[in-house]
Amino acid sequence: MEIPYTVHARQDTGLYNAKLGIWLFLASEVMLFGALFSTYILLRVGAAPGTWPHGLLNVPIGTLNTIVLITSSITVVMAWASLKMNQFSRFKLFQAFTIMLAMTFVIIKSFEYHDKFTHYEVILNDGKVVDGHLVEKTQEHVVIHPAAKHGQHAAEVKIETSQIKKMENYGPWHNTYLAIYFTLTALHALHVIGGALVIAYLWGPGSQMWKTDPERFTNRIEVSGLFWHFVDLVWIFLFPVLYLL
Amino acid sequence: MKNDQHSHHEISLVVRRYLFVFGALLVGTIVTVLASFIPFGIVAVNVAVALFIATVKAFLVAGYFMHLISEKKMIYGILVATVFFFAGLMFLTVWAMRPASIVHIKNVP
Repeated sequence: MEIPYTVHARQDTGLYNAKLGIWLFLASEVMLFGALFSTYILLRVGAAPGTWPHGLLNVPIGTLNTIVLITSSITVVMAWASLKMNQFSRFKLFQAFTIMLAMTFVIIKSFEYHDKFTHYEVILNDGKVVDGHLVEKTQEHVVIHPAAKHGQHAAEVKIETSQIKKMENYGPWHNTYLAIYFTLTALHALHVIGGALVIAYLWGPGSQMWKTDPERFTNRIEVSGLFWHFVDLVWIFLFPVLYLL
Repeated sequence: MKNDQHSHHEISLVVRRYLFVFGALLVGTIVTVLASFIPFGIVAVNVAVALFIATVKAFLVAGYFMHLISEKKMIYGILVATVFFFAGLMFLTVWAMRPASIVHIKNVP
């Protein structure tokens, strides 16, 4: 038995199955990210005055990633428009760019994560705090490269292990801000990876359908594109909230 | 038969619109970053400006890239329900932030 409305729209709804399905799915995604955004707002407003960290994230890198994701959104719609104009080779070119941009986003994000996991706050026995990136760690000592202040590079600091009271990196366990930052951005990055895998499948083996059922294939590209734009849309709010405010 | 329900001319016009939206999104991103460095005096103003620009950008993505400005009624119905529940969620959040209900962790004995 053939499944109806995989290509042409139902008369009463004006939609084909996959389009209705993706919009229902996106509605559930709005609630998922909405719950996390409301969590962020509660934590942000509930923090005691002056305790919410600022300047922990690299704004130029965040801006670059925003531009990467926005550019991937235009390549997705251009790929869909290419199919509408029966230009399959252009579709392949645009979606190849989309996949590369998705990978670029994830790579940049992983560099940001790596920076946080190698950034340490070291509390010494005398109460002093050394804050910077870990250069070397042995059983006897650690070497920290403190962050540059006012454009001036600080020299590396060698600390004996016996002098250290507490040492912790800037992972999600470090403070509430980093906990919600990692939760939101990691969930978003998983969406980027998931979306990129679907787009890559439709670019590679899945594109065989263009030869047999071009309209259905074009619908699939539209649906994967809708998910991709949603991922872009979430980032449009995540960027100012986490990086700038 | 390949996709022929849209004429080339029609699609070219849509593509031109996509490129315009893309430019607007890039400008919006730069404006967001620049606005965050302007000391408005009150943090709430900075937050409002950033969220306003983000909302305009979101409207452009949803409206044009996701074709929401010319969608079917069924999609609008789904979105109205989503907005209703999302607004409810945010209302509960704001309601929970009444000064009387906020207890700073620092002040807990």
